[in-house]
Amino acid sequence: MLNLNDYKGVFVFVQQVDNKVTSVSYELVSKGKELAKELETSVTAILLGHKVDALCTNLAKYGADRIVVVDDPALETYMTEPYVYAMSEVVKAYNPEIVLVGATAIGRDLAPRVAARVLTGLTADCTKLEIDPETKNLMMTRPAFGGNIMATILCPNHRPQMATVRPGVMQRSEINEDAKAEIVHYKLDDIAAHINVEIKEIIKKTAGKMDIQDAKILISGGRGMGSPENFKLLDNLAEALGGTIASSRAAVDSGWVEKDRQVGQTGKTVRPNLYIACGISGAIQHLAGMEESEIIIAINKDPGAPIFEVADYGIVGDATKILPVFTEQIKKLIEQK
Amino acid sequence: MRVLKVVVCIKQVPDTNEVKLDPVTGTLIRDGVPSIINPDDKAGLEAALRMKDEYGARVTVISMGPQQADLALREALAMGADEAILVTDRAFGGADTWATSSTLASAIKKLEFDLIITGRQAIDGDTAQVGPQIAEHLGLANISYAEDIKLEGDSVVVRRQYEDRYHVIKAKMPCLITALSELNKPRYMTPGGIFDAYREKTVTIWTRPDLDVSDSNIGLKGSPTRVHKSFTKAVKGKGTVVALDIQESADFLIEKLKEKFIL
Repeated sequence: MLNLNDYKGVFVFVQQVDNKVTSVSYELVSKGKELAKELETSVTAILLGHKVDALCTNLAKYGADRIVVVDDPALETYMTEPYVYAMSEVVKAYNPEIVLVGATAIGRDLAPRVAARVLTGLTADCTKLEIDPETKNLMMTRPAFGGNIMATILCPNHRPQMATVRPGVMQRSEINEDAKAEIVHYKLDDIAAHINVEIKEIIKKTAGKMDIQDAKILISGGRGMGSPENFKLLDNLAEALGGTIASSRAAVDSGWVEKDRQVGQTGKTVRPNLYIACGISGAIQHLAGMEESEIIIAINKDPGAPIFEVADYGIVGDATKILPVFTEQIKKLIEQK
Repeated sequence: MRVLKVVVCIKQVPDTNEVKLDPVTGTLIRDGVPSIINPDDKAGLEAALRMKDEYGARVTVISMGPQQADLALREALAMGADEAILVTDRAFGGADTWATSSTLASAIKKLEFDLIITGRQAIDGDTAQVGPQIAEHLGLANISYAEDIKLEGDSVVVRRQYEDRYHVIKAKMPCLITALSELNKPRYMTPGGIFDAYREKTVTIWTRPDLDVSDSNIGLKGSPTRVHKSFTKAVKGKGTVVALDIQESADFLIEKLKEKFIL
């Protein structure tokens, strides 16, 4: 039986791609800090990569008390096994009580293998993390069944308690410009020996558009927009309001927009200040990805559409007719200012 | 020539797209919801069947689940799989991803294989953990989120999806790949295939005694995680819904955006 008291501290895996920290990592350092306070312990960021020391400054500003850096040429680009090895070694050396990882395409590949290797449980895609006031266990809440059910999961007898966390769900804290973190360079000599695949090519998707998880205003379209051409109406409104476009799964499946625009259970979770859903009926899977938005406006022809259940303001009508008038009026208002 | 052996892990899941919420109680209506082969797994199966078409690969499907999962395995056989194994026992019940993957890994160990394909994630659990964890228990390389799979000699070349890019990754077999439903469009069962699935082919049943795995690594007992509670989400208070003409609609929205200081 393992002695749970031997495991201390909240650890956060910091994801970096091309030596840029992925947004969710700051969200998790912020959340980790909160949890650490409740547990009267500290938050440690684990940073894997090559020549990544410069990334430490910002991690400290978001609240990391300590940063464990594993710097190795073999960690420059994400590959499963070298990362799993390095991460597992750090976890085994420090015995944290909690390990948080972003539920990204990297985190959801890395975390399961690390959990299996260090013999502990892992809860996927959490949307809420709390400390049980009595047992001090981590209560990990996640959607299941396509977002129909929420389940709170515990990992009572194994350590660390590991969770992947959906990007965009936890709030970043205010940054503290003066904060400093202790930086530890953790040495592992044989990381390159763990490379067991070969990356033949890296193909970047042409983005050009703002990431929907970073946007404060999202104009989102679904099947009810009728055609890919009508998505131009969404673009126009997004431009007028300084936002970007998003979509439902139906519009992605129809090939009207790129997959990176998709909001929902199999797409991204977003939490903008304003979400305007146009011609989106509001399948549960879609609602799961956007219902935490500050203000939700829905325009849909069908008065029975479930999207109206979560909308702050709903218009029963044809978005393709209303949007041009609405956009023109906004443009005029902005010009007058 | 040596026959390429591919093992595909499939899960029978309720079709969550068909699940509706009771508008009054907010609970799930599960009655009459059909069971299907999990979509990512079905794409993995199709990828394996294409290797059979092209290279004469032998395709074995394996599923852990209750007796009813026989139906999913028969469908896989009817699509063209050669062999099907159902891993079923009450002792395996209540398993989290750790125990599920260790059970499946111990079953796969009994088989000869060059390549294991699983779906990325199941639509009922959405964890994406079982595939990579099977690879971990078997000590194999894994490539997750496959959008394209090609064979090249004794290796696979996979286009692996990330949020903003792809990696084209080459790995020597044996290894494990997790498939995305975008990978392909799975074929339908054929009438001849259905006939064979029920008359010519069998679903092999493996129970607890058939597997060489410790009790501490299976079922509820072998699961580090516990479901503490589950609940349906609280429904947010309904907002204002209006039906107006086009101009009035635009005016209404402008008014609201001004109230909220967005304009």
